[in-house]
Amino acid sequence: MSGAGAATADVIIIGGGIHGCSSALHCRLRGLDVVLIEKDHVGRHASGVNAGGVRQLARDIAEIPLSVHSMDIWHRIEELVDDDCGFTNEGQVLVAETQAELALLKKRMRDLRAKGFTHEELIDAAELHRLVPAVAESCPGGVVSRRDGAAIPFRATQAFRRKAEALGAVIRDGERVMEIRREGTSWAVFTDRAKYVAPKVINAAGAWADRIAAMLGEPVPLEVIAPMLMITGRMPAFIKPVVILRGRKLSFKQFDNGTVLIGGGHRGVPLRDENITVLDWAKLAVSARTVADVFPIMRTAHILRAWAGIEARMPDEIPVFGASGTSEGVYHQFGFSAHGFQLGPGAGSVMSELVATGHTNMPIHALRIERFRENAVARSSEDME
Amino acid sequence: MKTIAAIEAFADRYDLAIVGAGPAGLAAASLAVAHGVDVVVLDENASPGGQIYRAVTSTPMTRREILGEDYWRGVELVQEFSGSASSYAPSTTVWNVARGLDGDSLGRDFEIGVSLRGKARLLRAKEVILATGAQERPFPIPGWTLPGVMTAGAAQIALKSSGLVPDGHLVLAGTGPLLYLVAAQLIEAGASIRALLDTTPRANWMSALTATPGFLASPYLAKGLALLRMVHRRLDVVGGITALRAEGQKRLNRVAFERAGRRTELDCDLLLLHQGIVPSINLSNAIGCAHDWDDVQLAFRPQVDAWFASTVQGVAIAGDSAGIAGGESAAARGRIAALGAAFRLERIGAGQRDRDAAPLRAELALLARGRRFLDVFHRPAKAFRVPSDDATLVCRCEEVSAKTIRETVMLGACGPNQMKAFTRCGMGPCQGRLCGLTVTEMITDARAVSPAEVGYYRLRPPVKPVTLAEIAALPQTADAEKAVAR
Repeated sequence: MSGAGAATADVIIIGGGIHGCSSALHCRLRGLDVVLIEKDHVGRHASGVNAGGVRQLARDIAEIPLSVHSMDIWHRIEELVDDDCGFTNEGQVLVAETQAELALLKKRMRDLRAKGFTHEELIDAAELHRLVPAVAESCPGGVVSRRDGAAIPFRATQAFRRKAEALGAVIRDGERVMEIRREGTSWAVFTDRAKYVAPKVINAAGAWADRIAAMLGEPVPLEVIAPMLMITGRMPAFIKPVVILRGRKLSFKQFDNGTVLIGGGHRGVPLRDENITVLDWAKLAVSARTVADVFPIMRTAHILRAWAGIEARMPDEIPVFGASGTSEGVYHQFGFSAHGFQLGPGAGSVMSELVATGHTNMPIHALRIERFRENAVARSSEDME
Repeated sequence: MKTIAAIEAFADRYDLAIVGAGPAGLAAASLAVAHGVDVVVLDENASPGGQIYRAVTSTPMTRREILGEDYWRGVELVQEFSGSASSYAPSTTVWNVARGLDGDSLGRDFEIGVSLRGKARLLRAKEVILATGAQERPFPIPGWTLPGVMTAGAAQIALKSSGLVPDGHLVLAGTGPLLYLVAAQLIEAGASIRALLDTTPRANWMSALTATPGFLASPYLAKGLALLRMVHRRLDVVGGITALRAEGQKRLNRVAFERAGRRTELDCDLLLLHQGIVPSINLSNAIGCAHDWDDVQLAFRPQVDAWFASTVQGVAIAGDSAGIAGGESAAARGRIAALGAAFRLERIGAGQRDRDAAPLRAELALLARGRRFLDVFHRPAKAFRVPSDDATLVCRCEEVSAKTIRETVMLGACGPNQMKAFTRCGMGPCQGRLCGLTVTEMITDARAVSPAEVGYYRLRPPVKPVTLAEIAALPQTADAEKAVAR
């Protein structure tokens, strides 16, 4: 039955977020024929509505190599996608509010240095207040990652899409994957409109990626989350870098036009089958109180909009990235746990290498999907004892 | 009526929250309370009446002929409401309505974010009636952002609430019954009006004629003719205007217009623009109610059933916010919506609900006669809805020009939400009220598809700006503290 009316490609990418689009672009650069399938429209969910932080700062060790590689691409993003994606390089600063928090940062710094990572730099109170004059006097120091910054998420995702299409990738908006079946040595992907056949499949379906994995008999413990953000009206310019806190949940960024984006991980309730999220104002109030404490100037700011995206979170808060453990030719790229935007360019580049050559020198072992099965096996054998 | 003057005076929960104290909201509240429903009316204005009966109990314009007999009809609605047992919160901003959370799942009740005198609070209600009325359609012409250019509706607000009559030479321009009504009210109040520039397209005469049989039997006919005669007698009315431009350096000095291919200039100090009203849908949109494109009224309106219930269970939409039908219809719609809510709250049975609704439906049918004539006749020309001049600002808050909008469609922004992300249009303090329809129609025009397909901004709460300090001071429940600590 294969072949009848089916479109063929070298690789089928499921999911039109920045990860799917970046993988599409990089696969085309390697000469692969690409079809990307997106159930809504490109950038509709987490990739289009996130805080836009482009951050190596404060990442889990397991994803730092990928993040550093991605950062190199961000610094030449316009060469790659013909659009600067609104990328600005003002640095990101992690603020310690207490001496105890600062001590933890010092310990982390020693770990990072021992592993050879140099992108994070410890700063004292004086340098912190030089970088972020508006921060409360009492903060004793922090960490800066100077090559970090921010970009405009929807614009960046669209830029990857446009460049991928310009290079010949086929992008199908508004098509939903219903079934995936093995046909000979290829995969047949059935959508609500058509059938596609390719030897390779990339699962970059974000908050819906567990359903794609389940179709392949590879269940994962993915939690659907709805991180909330607020943006204010224009304020006088008072802060350059993106600021995040060590203790309380807060990320904070002022744009050139004066508006201020407030995020940091407080969550609303996602209803992923309805494509909507419900805000939790009691938790947004906690965000607002944190901002009022750390940046008193913000108390009179008007909140213009609050929203939440629909995102996937893994139990260990690091992504699933690499070859499937059960299905030959299938690769996973999801579960970025609310910090995947910066990783998009680099992850697409490494993914295209994996798909085209079957291997990569990038250390991604800790991100493999089998870790959940192994954990489950380990746990159940503990139970036996 | 129990007036709520401080945020602490609200109860935690109500059976029914009504947003807006215009004719629909007032009529709905009075009727619902009569059936034993616990009602709160939340309204931005300082006194009841909404836009059409604004300040009807407090206006300094007490000479009845200035504002006209239709205006004074509002007194009765307000008196009935004042004598009712409803709670009434004036000067109160509603910045969010959404299904509330019970722990981590969606509850049955609505959570309503309100703000009063600089303090915010979250209330709960089982049912909600949105009676948020209408707003003026955007009128994007070159120079419409100059000081000295405002909407006719804004001039009417100043007249009704504060008795302010504009100084200097005025020009009114546009189309629609309200333009002529404001002209008549300003004439009576003694304003110096140089001209009324009527942009009603000539072709509308022809298309409106097909709807005339209905209009001849309509209550609007006599009133409309009287108004037209009065304005024509006392004003220089120039019809057939095909282009308008507000000109001046720092502020408005003159208006330039084209008529039959000839350009004319008119010196003036104030230009009042108006080309009809459209449903105010920001709140219903943010709640997630489904909306349809109305091809006659050229606007989106929420889908409602026979009880004015929206597609979101528990939310009804009455008055002009459910589609423009005028102030008298608004009161009848409000009452029907209240009967629907009282039934869902199990205060009345289906029999009584249907019996009580019958005369109201008959009244609505009568008022609907001739409405189509007004809609078709006053349909604004495309030239005034889709600006062809590249430099004309579409989004005033973020200063996005018509040229940018057109170029961005070419870049792949196929709908208003993509446009927002590319250009920031619609992301300023007005939440898209002043550019939403223009952006939808410009994309529609550039892509040669239907407005229904293009859609409208997906609006995010707060639907009205609220300060960070107000949000920060929201009273905390034990549940919320626990949820955050998790």
